[in-house]
Amino acid sequence: MSDFTPNTGLSFSIHKGVTRWGETAIKFWLGSCTALSLFTTAAIVVLLLVESFDFFMAVSPIDFFFGTRWVPLLKPSSYGVLPLLWGTMQITIGAALIAIPLGLASAIYLSEYASNQVRAWIKPILELLAGIPTVVYGYFALTFVTPMLRHVVPDIQVFNALSAAIVVGIMILPTIATLSDNALRAVPDSLRQAAYAIGATSYEVTTSIVVPAGLSGVMASFLLAISRAIGETMAVTLAAGQTPNLSLGMLGSIETMTAYIVQISIGDTPSGSIAYQTLFAVAALLFFITLMINVISQWILGRFREVYD
Amino acid sequence: MALAEFVDATTEKKQTTEAVLELQEVSVLYSGKAAVKKVSCTIWRNRITAIIGPSGCGKSTLLRSLNRMNDFVDGVTIEGQILFAGQNLYGEAVDPVEVRRRIGMVFQKPNPFPKSIYNNISWGPSINGYSGSMDELVERSLQQAALWEEVKDRLQESALNLSGGQQQRLCIARALAMEPQVLLMDEPCSALDPISTAHIEDLMFELQSRYTMVIVTHNMQQAARVSDYTAFMEMGNLIEFGETDQIFTRPEKKRTEEYVTGRFG
Repeated sequence: MSDFTPNTGLSFSIHKGVTRWGETAIKFWLGSCTALSLFTTAAIVVLLLVESFDFFMAVSPIDFFFGTRWVPLLKPSSYGVLPLLWGTMQITIGAALIAIPLGLASAIYLSEYASNQVRAWIKPILELLAGIPTVVYGYFALTFVTPMLRHVVPDIQVFNALSAAIVVGIMILPTIATLSDNALRAVPDSLRQAAYAIGATSYEVTTSIVVPAGLSGVMASFLLAISRAIGETMAVTLAAGQTPNLSLGMLGSIETMTAYIVQISIGDTPSGSIAYQTLFAVAALLFFITLMINVISQWILGRFREVYD
Repeated sequence: MALAEFVDATTEKKQTTEAVLELQEVSVLYSGKAAVKKVSCTIWRNRITAIIGPSGCGKSTLLRSLNRMNDFVDGVTIEGQILFAGQNLYGEAVDPVEVRRRIGMVFQKPNPFPKSIYNNISWGPSINGYSGSMDELVERSLQQAALWEEVKDRLQESALNLSGGQQQRLCIARALAMEPQVLLMDEPCSALDPISTAHIEDLMFELQSRYTMVIVTHNMQQAARVSDYTAFMEMGNLIEFGETDQIFTRPEKKRTEEYVTGRFG
């Protein structure tokens, strides 16, 4: 480097071609780390597509997407994915019905009603819920929720969609509550003040001003939570059973797409067989659904974001 | 206007007015620390009262205590009494929501709701059970705020598309739609350019016949231009209160004179 000479007149020298090797090395290292995660994702996508392609050479996509029987392991086999898709939907819808109202209500309480001290206590506890291993939720469903439900509906089965949906709902509740809370708190205070200053009550300020203004973040939190419910595996495998079922009731055993993947992965299905390839077809479908939901939530966040300065 | 006539006019102006807000030894404390100390003065009906003073003198805090906007600040306590039409605003039976319906407020930075221009005006009256013609009320409020001509063809557009000066006039229209008895303005022009500022000042003159206004400003020229009465505050104390003319030309207190002549602040 040039010697630094202060206050002896204006000088500036240009050193062309100075290369800082340390800087270059660090940039390369950081870039490689980013590339690694991109590469992993790409590899998974390619693997899913290639293996599903083999599957669809053997089984018609029409039978797969519109078939109503899922019997991949026994003869005569049938590869209609609808029962699995329906199992996943039952859990997701049930969980969303529980988590969206409760999560939004919690978010509104935390952001608009709770004092700072109360919020400082509650929010970490809520976030703790998100840190409980999902297998614990599954066990909780099996040993606590289902026996409780039996008091209300005596003919509920040991493995049932209802208790799985309930625990998945509890599981995704913190996601909705904390992300929606963040979205609501990002609404500038000046809007609340404006509303209070024309004689609005807290309830009116919240429902007509704050929630609409923070709606994009709130919607995104719903979708993120839903995508988590769709991908949820351990709790539903434990609690909801392994019986592909296209019926409406939630009191019996069902099987979700994720639970099926577990079943095949830990079973002794020979690799290369059609039954083995179903794994990738189901996984590809699952991946596609969650990807779509994430894309939509990103779009909502970008599209409806109000710009405040 | 001859001097005698002028004096007559101001005398007459004084005679036709009545007290709207009476502050009696009002102190505002943040966690026990006084930001406003034992302020007593009277806000007269259909007059513009300006509160001036250096930054941090408590003028905004005092203004916000006049419609209980300080209720939202943690650890705030109010001492003394603020009588509004004879009733203590901080009396036990008083509903703060009701207070804010009668005593409107315009803020330093324009803060329109992220809604249409129309809904910015109509929301307040509708939640408060207004039963007349909403279209008329919206038009009347926007006309009073001298904004109607500029926005009448795009009432359904988002208010966030308006310029800063238009947004501030929209906020004034929004407050006027509640037909308040008092309009509080917390440095309403500080975020605006000179032309928009002139607009708002003209507007205040026009509104004077129907509304009582209290304006906080750090701009002394503005206080001198628009107000009938001026309160000068420093360090939470009300140093001097009187007719604007007198405060700016014959202040009684030395501190006031130093401030209005620009020696500090």
